[in-house]
Amino acid sequence: MTQPLLSVTSLTIGVRRPKRADTIIVDDLSFDIQRGERFGIVGESGSGKSLTLRAIADLLPAGVEVLSGSIRYDGVELIGMETPARRRLMGPEIAMIFQEPMTALNPVIRVGEQIAEGPRRYLGLSKKDAMKLAIEMMAKTGIPDPARRARAYPHELSGGLRQRIMIAMALSCGPKLLLCDEPTTALDVTVQHQVLRVLEELCADSGASLAFVTHDLAVVNQTCSDLAVMYSGHIVESGRVKDVFSDPRHPYTKGLLDSAPDFDQPERELVPIPGFPPNLAARPDGCPFAPRCAFAVDACRVAMPPSVLVAPGHEAACIQSRSIFEEVAA
Amino acid sequence: MLHRLRFLPGRLIQSIPVVFGVTLIVFFMARLLPGNPALAILGQRATAAAVAALDKQLGLDTPIWEQYFLFMGRLFQGNLGTSLTYQLPVTQLVAQAIPVSLSLLGMALLLSLVISIPFAALAAFKPGSGRDLAVRGFTLLGQGMPQFWLAIMLILLLAVGAHAFPVGGYGTSALDHPYYLFLPALTLAITMCPTVIRSLRSSIIGVLGSEYIGTAKSKGSYGAALFRGHVLRNAAIPTVSIIGVNLGFLVGGSLVIEKVFALPGLGSLMINAIFARDFPTIQGVTLFVALFVVAVGILTDVVYTMLDPRVNLGAKDQS
Repeated sequence: MTQPLLSVTSLTIGVRRPKRADTIIVDDLSFDIQRGERFGIVGESGSGKSLTLRAIADLLPAGVEVLSGSIRYDGVELIGMETPARRRLMGPEIAMIFQEPMTALNPVIRVGEQIAEGPRRYLGLSKKDAMKLAIEMMAKTGIPDPARRARAYPHELSGGLRQRIMIAMALSCGPKLLLCDEPTTALDVTVQHQVLRVLEELCADSGASLAFVTHDLAVVNQTCSDLAVMYSGHIVESGRVKDVFSDPRHPYTKGLLDSAPDFDQPERELVPIPGFPPNLAARPDGCPFAPRCAFAVDACRVAMPPSVLVAPGHEAACIQSRSIFEEVAA
Repeated sequence: MLHRLRFLPGRLIQSIPVVFGVTLIVFFMARLLPGNPALAILGQRATAAAVAALDKQLGLDTPIWEQYFLFMGRLFQGNLGTSLTYQLPVTQLVAQAIPVSLSLLGMALLLSLVISIPFAALAAFKPGSGRDLAVRGFTLLGQGMPQFWLAIMLILLLAVGAHAFPVGGYGTSALDHPYYLFLPALTLAITMCPTVIRSLRSSIIGVLGSEYIGTAKSKGSYGAALFRGHVLRNAAIPTVSIIGVNLGFLVGGSLVIEKVFALPGLGSLMINAIFARDFPTIQGVTLFVALFVVAVGILTDVVYTMLDPRVNLGAKDQS
């Protein structure tokens, strides 16, 4: 197998606290993203999925830092790299799309100029050529009348248009890896669908890999080829999207699927997962999902279960995976 | 861009009653001063008859409201009267003094920006750090120093002590002026800096925490380019209105500073006029200062509108 485009190994993110144990938010996380792969990271709020993405982009909020582990992009270690060198990767190699297109765009700069900023820096284009490219990118994302819209300020555009601007901006330098942090959460459903389609098409055209963070299972199903399910800073299950969706092997994944509506089976009743995610400062020993899990036994509360291969390319971190799901199936 | 400046004509019309009110206050305030111009001109030993004669000559024997209408009537013809002490038209005296005062204020503003921006950035990039505390301590110190005292200290230190700058005066040629203006401008700048630094520091901290800075970083921006491209302009917006307000106070301060540095500006003209009970000159200078403050207010709105595309002062439905 060729070298993965992005390789995250034992990544631990947290807050350092003087004289006390660090608060661990993302614990010992590992995953790979291959070239051209569309990788979804699913989890509820606070599971650490967005922080993982931000760690890759070097955009962790103040106070939160990578405590240990490694992030390798195209074989190059990113952790510990100097800021200028790391920022030079941002744009032509790695780009990011944010959740809230209103706050993610600078309110006092015309959107065309904001798109043109990256190309001017990296592609060595003149102001005029960069603006031409920006308008071209806007047309590609399906913005009508792009030349006029390029002169608009963010507050003059709708949410859907702003997110298309974000996409145009992210793809303007031809990145190989696109990080998406819940890019459609702030949009209404019809616009969400259009924006996802644009994103997919443009990534397919350019061959860019996608790391897609969301809490919306339907969006993952539509957009991604592979996924990892995160719970309280751990990956509890990962594999091909269709395998995980049709045959979940972790009680949390099963719970997520059962609690989300499915239009193929409108009759099915939705079953919520009881309880709340654990407090990060006082995470229980063992499997973090054990307190909410209907199948938990004493052994679950002793140590974090390791990820085990349950089917080809499909891993789950549950010691009872086999007994729960295979007996049910049998 | 221009359509957002539609508020300008309306704002200019609004300022007319303000200026009218100022003429009223100026006229009657000057006459509330104890003492009599004729007496001031003729000296303490003048006879009552001489004083009365001069009063008549100066038009000071008529009822006060008649004097006011005469003053307003002349004002509309661009005539501010004749200075009682210099025997020259007040417009001419003011016209000579305005360039001095304006250059002083302009230089003070420039200096305060040159000082404030780096200090504010230095403090804001690491809030709570040693250098942040140092900058905030400096602003506190700056706020506590009286302007005239600071002026005297700067004169003692840089002019008398180090001979780096002149003690006072305005110089004789256009090239001399900036050199002579530096110390007074620095005095004004230092008193203005604390407010500007504090405002700028907190808005830079706010801007650095916003999402669009993350976006800018995700486009590969960092360091000075990030600061110039995405931080400074956004952070400057709230500071502009603070500078606008403070410029008004600065005008008041510059009156004293001009006197301390013997600059032939509006301030010196004003103070000399007050001591001589030179009513027409007091009125003329005050009128111009008031006009200037009103103009600064309007200019602040214009700059604000230019910097922030979301501001639309002409819009009827402001929410």
